[in-house]
Amino acid sequence: MAYKIYKVNEEFRDIVPQEVIDLEEKATWGNPKRGVMDLPVSKELLEEHSLCAGCPESAAIRYILASLPNPEDTIIVNSTGCTSLVFPHISLHTVHSLFGNQNSVASGIKRVLEWRFPDKVKDVVVLAGDGATVDIGLDYTLQSFFRQEKITTICFDNEVYANTGGQESGLTPKGHVFKMAPKGKQFEKVPMWQLAIDSGCHYVARLTVSSPKKVERVIKEAIYVAREVGPTYIHLYTPCILEIGLNSDDGLDEMRSRDKERFAFFEYKTPEAEEVIAKYKAEGLL
Amino acid sequence: MRMIENKVEKNWAGQRIVSPDYLLFEAPREKHFMTGSEAVKEAVKRASVDASVSYPITPQSEAAHLIGELWAEGYVGVYFRGENEFGVMSEVAGAAMAGARVITTTSGPGTLRAFENFPMWSGTRIPVQLVLMARGVNSPLSIQPDNLEVDFLLDTGCMIWYAENVQELFDMIIAGFAVAEQPDVHVPIITAVDGFFVSHTREAIYLPPDDIALPPYNPYKSPMPVIDAEIPPGRFLRDPFVMKSNYISYATHASWQWEVRAAIERSRPYAKHYLRGLTEEFGDKDSDIVFVACGTAASQAKEAVRMLEETEGIKAKVVKLKTIRPFPYEELVEATKNAKYIFIPEFNVVGWLEREVRKALYKKSNAEIIGTPRVAGGMTMPKEIIVKEVLEYIK
Repeated sequence: MAYKIYKVNEEFRDIVPQEVIDLEEKATWGNPKRGVMDLPVSKELLEEHSLCAGCPESAAIRYILASLPNPEDTIIVNSTGCTSLVFPHISLHTVHSLFGNQNSVASGIKRVLEWRFPDKVKDVVVLAGDGATVDIGLDYTLQSFFRQEKITTICFDNEVYANTGGQESGLTPKGHVFKMAPKGKQFEKVPMWQLAIDSGCHYVARLTVSSPKKVERVIKEAIYVAREVGPTYIHLYTPCILEIGLNSDDGLDEMRSRDKERFAFFEYKTPEAEEVIAKYKAEGLL
Repeated sequence: MRMIENKVEKNWAGQRIVSPDYLLFEAPREKHFMTGSEAVKEAVKRASVDASVSYPITPQSEAAHLIGELWAEGYVGVYFRGENEFGVMSEVAGAAMAGARVITTTSGPGTLRAFENFPMWSGTRIPVQLVLMARGVNSPLSIQPDNLEVDFLLDTGCMIWYAENVQELFDMIIAGFAVAEQPDVHVPIITAVDGFFVSHTREAIYLPPDDIALPPYNPYKSPMPVIDAEIPPGRFLRDPFVMKSNYISYATHASWQWEVRAAIERSRPYAKHYLRGLTEEFGDKDSDIVFVACGTAASQAKEAVRMLEETEGIKAKVVKLKTIRPFPYEELVEATKNAKYIFIPEFNVVGWLEREVRKALYKKSNAEIIGTPRVAGGMTMPKEIIVKEVLEYIK
């Protein structure tokens, strides 16, 4: 198993930083039953984070990394934005390439890993913001769905270009005032979850990250379905507390209030996806 | 895991594995008659290519179809049609990061649509091969031969080679992998030819047998860890993120960019070996009239050299540049040391090769450097035009 690459060379053990030794000794490798409940007791795959204090996106990334069923053989591809600032902190093989091309890069990686390692499971997961997924990268996102690429795409929707200073995005709700939309956004929020269904995704979920256990279930189902059937898409509300004028401790309340309206939990599964999920449930992995 | 050891005797297609030297220089060759697009297929067939992604654009489409046929026949591991050239060049980047030997093809406007990817390729140190069948760029719309797009590519950190004809294209594609994949080089290689003049022209070509092939690419020799979760370090971001506002990050970015250029410089000895020199001369070695050219402009210049000798009794020579990046500075200085007149015939409006030659010869040559004849947009360059220009200058 590839988690051997986390083994510390004995010659260097006395000078290797403790967090790297912890990765070998206390991270949950080789255990598909790992999950968010391990967070307090195991070594996380996120080494601190570089986002604002209280940023819900950092919570989302922690829950996602804790929920990966096969982290030792998972490749993560991201795009430019706040998420990319976290990538150097993730203890996996990750890629930041360009702004918007994440699903293309992930397609190339997934296909080649299937070709090079026909007998191994290698999961490929895309983590990107709403600008990367739905504006500049929409073509590449949808085309990877059309082509039935076996990858899981996770969109962190904060409804704004946060990293560049708060500009309107395609996922901003109509009427909200942001930079580049000084009179308020003129068109509706793009229903990306519906586009994902129409474009051939086999599992689609929309939710906030207010409930870690729910995030864990959704992530695992999406990855298992992507592994065996085809593309899957998860749309997460991770508000930018900075851009909407909230305090560091307001993120959770903001998500809970949206749980009841435009981010009410929504899930879609094709019959093939249902079959895969039932199989993993029977194996006790879901 | 798919075979990646150099010691194995056969690749996945059942071809016997031979060294690049054997394939290029020693294997017996047979004469065939084919187009540049067909020569691409023959080269890829003998190159143990893991992956290719394609997109239609004239004049490279046929080459891309033929790579697809090789996939259907089991010679290429992964192949599909991407959504557009920006997507394609990102897909091949992902494929290369995951440890594949990759080739793709494009032309003209496709090159420009893909553009953001090329400096990313070199920065991420992937030895992707792009066969560029040069064509005009808009506007107005043109699908004709014109190599303006090569000018735009000069500073992307990719190696750029320029093949004159069908034979050279075949040999350069094979040599391209051998050079680009050297651990101390490991940058992308753009193998350029003139669209139509080479892609669509049927010529004699000598090919080694098709039951031998290059050793498969070994990604574990890469200077950057391959993205497959099989090699330490476990925590690895490709590419390194240096976007912090401090001098260490600025210096890291700068040194990374310089290192990409240094890697191209380190390709010189390998390219000299596999291309048998970065330049090639034709005509009277001591002549003071010199044409410096690449691609089919070199072919036309050779015809002009013959015509000058036959009709005017004037001796001249052609210095053909096979590599543009790295640029063959020393070879060019040596080859033009007796020159009084240096003519640079080109298939583009801006004269990018003239600029390159002027830069290379600045304070190193007293010759008059003349950027002519220059044609574009699909115009041809008859030898008579070249001869006429020369006679006007030297009388």
